[in-house]
Amino acid sequence: MGTLGAVAGTLLVAPTLIVLITSFTDAYSLKFPPPGYSVRWYVALWQESPEILSAALSSLQVAAAATALSVVLGVAAALALARRKSLWARVLDSIFMSPLMLPTLALGLALLVVFNVAGTGLSMTTLVIGHIAITTPYIVRTTIASLTQLDPVLLESARSLGARPLFAFRTVTLPLIAPGIAAGAFIAFMASFDNVAISLFLSDARTEMLPIRLWHIIESNLDVRAAAVSGVLVAATILLGIVMERLAGISRHLR
Amino acid sequence: MTRVEPRRLLQEWQLALPLSLFFVAFVFLPLAMLGYISLHEDTQMKESGVGQYVKFFGDAFNVGVLVQTLWLALRTTLLALLIGYPLAYLYTLAPRRMQHILILLIVLPLLTSAVVRTFAWVVILGRQGIVNEALLALGWIETPAKLLYQPWAVVVALAQIEMPLMVLPLITALSNIDPHLREASEALGARRWRTFLQVTLPLSMPGLLAGCLLVFAASASAFVTQTLVGGGQHMFMPFYIYQQAIQSNNYPFAATVAVVLLVSVLIIVTAANLLGRRSKAFVHV
Repeated sequence: MGTLGAVAGTLLVAPTLIVLITSFTDAYSLKFPPPGYSVRWYVALWQESPEILSAALSSLQVAAAATALSVVLGVAAALALARRKSLWARVLDSIFMSPLMLPTLALGLALLVVFNVAGTGLSMTTLVIGHIAITTPYIVRTTIASLTQLDPVLLESARSLGARPLFAFRTVTLPLIAPGIAAGAFIAFMASFDNVAISLFLSDARTEMLPIRLWHIIESNLDVRAAAVSGVLVAATILLGIVMERLAGISRHLR
Repeated sequence: MTRVEPRRLLQEWQLALPLSLFFVAFVFLPLAMLGYISLHEDTQMKESGVGQYVKFFGDAFNVGVLVQTLWLALRTTLLALLIGYPLAYLYTLAPRRMQHILILLIVLPLLTSAVVRTFAWVVILGRQGIVNEALLALGWIETPAKLLYQPWAVVVALAQIEMPLMVLPLITALSNIDPHLREASEALGARRWRTFLQVTLPLSMPGLLAGCLLVFAASASAFVTQTLVGGGQHMFMPFYIYQQAIQSNNYPFAATVAVVLLVSVLIIVTAANLLGRRSKAFVHV
């Protein structure tokens, strides 16, 4: 089984490496291995692709806004739910987790219908609302996990020493669960940045999101700039992923 | 022990309110609306009725799209399990330092854009991709073979893309198994395979089930991989929803397709969970 496991590990990483190598091709096609190497497609991406860069900017803005709001909503809900065994707490917990299991494409269409009926139309705001529904579960999950590991004795001693609940929260609870919240926020940010199912229905004509733009490019003419975008995304993910693993231990929270 | 005063309890309870209200307004209400819209006969939504569902299940094409989607998700789940299990098993046997590296190798793809990882398969399976180049170099084929836009290509690509979702719960389950149980089984003379089949595998069931459900649900709604690797000839439910809503403006039928997909996945996930609870009870007895 060890050999099989090693094969699986290679299979896990190899495709991404192939994209990374292909992005440095000097040809007009996605031939692999590339006939020659250059950074021309990265230059083309930076200098001649305003539509890709503006899509990337929209995606970053939506992901940042959705993550910030989900942290507020998610951490508050986690504080209410952690360590509770009552039925309502368990029901709420599974409801908040449900967007991870259900086809969110259906939610995307459902939200589009609601915003149309309500007459609000589509905007950056409606996009952020849709993204919050899919980013909050990660934050609720990691925060609850951190709260469960928190030693209750610490809070009791804070209280017996006269700390008010809010003060105890700020000086004891929050510093201890901060890595969990950070891990959740990071995963949430990446999930929003990568989301297609919701954005497909909720982005208006003016705000195109990066994954959708990328999908269009790959679907229509297979422009090599798609490889350059992928290269940037892969490098950024690896870098941020390793930094966040060091700081907040994201892998512990994904299991 | 801590005695929670009633006032404090009320305060903590209230902290779940904002997210609950958000879910009511932006998850439940929209999904209810989706169901309501699917119960209309015409695109103007003047007449109500179950006509859209009769149309969906009365047409062999529509039923075919549903069956193909669930079949795709099932095959993907099985393949991901077949590849993912050995990897999770390898993780539990690896020394600590290796475990840190392995877990990063598993988690990083999960954080990498799914569009990028799908694009990787478009490059690999393309006319000038590594597979075709290798087959040409070996002289096994004379012209590049059509590897993309085949149903099996979607299964392979999806299984690779969703593999971390399978491996992570498996690692948790396998790491929780007391190593003494395996040692005891071997000390009592069971061979490695027997120990695996009768001790390790049953005890890893909760993780196996969780992984399978995650992969199944993700593959059934993997819009990007289905469309880019599957191409236009193979229709799956997610693209069907998109096409009916955005391209044909037929919202009642799009809503019907979405409800059918949602309910199908929900039924399968719930059924598997119930089955899983029974198998868990069996393990603990």
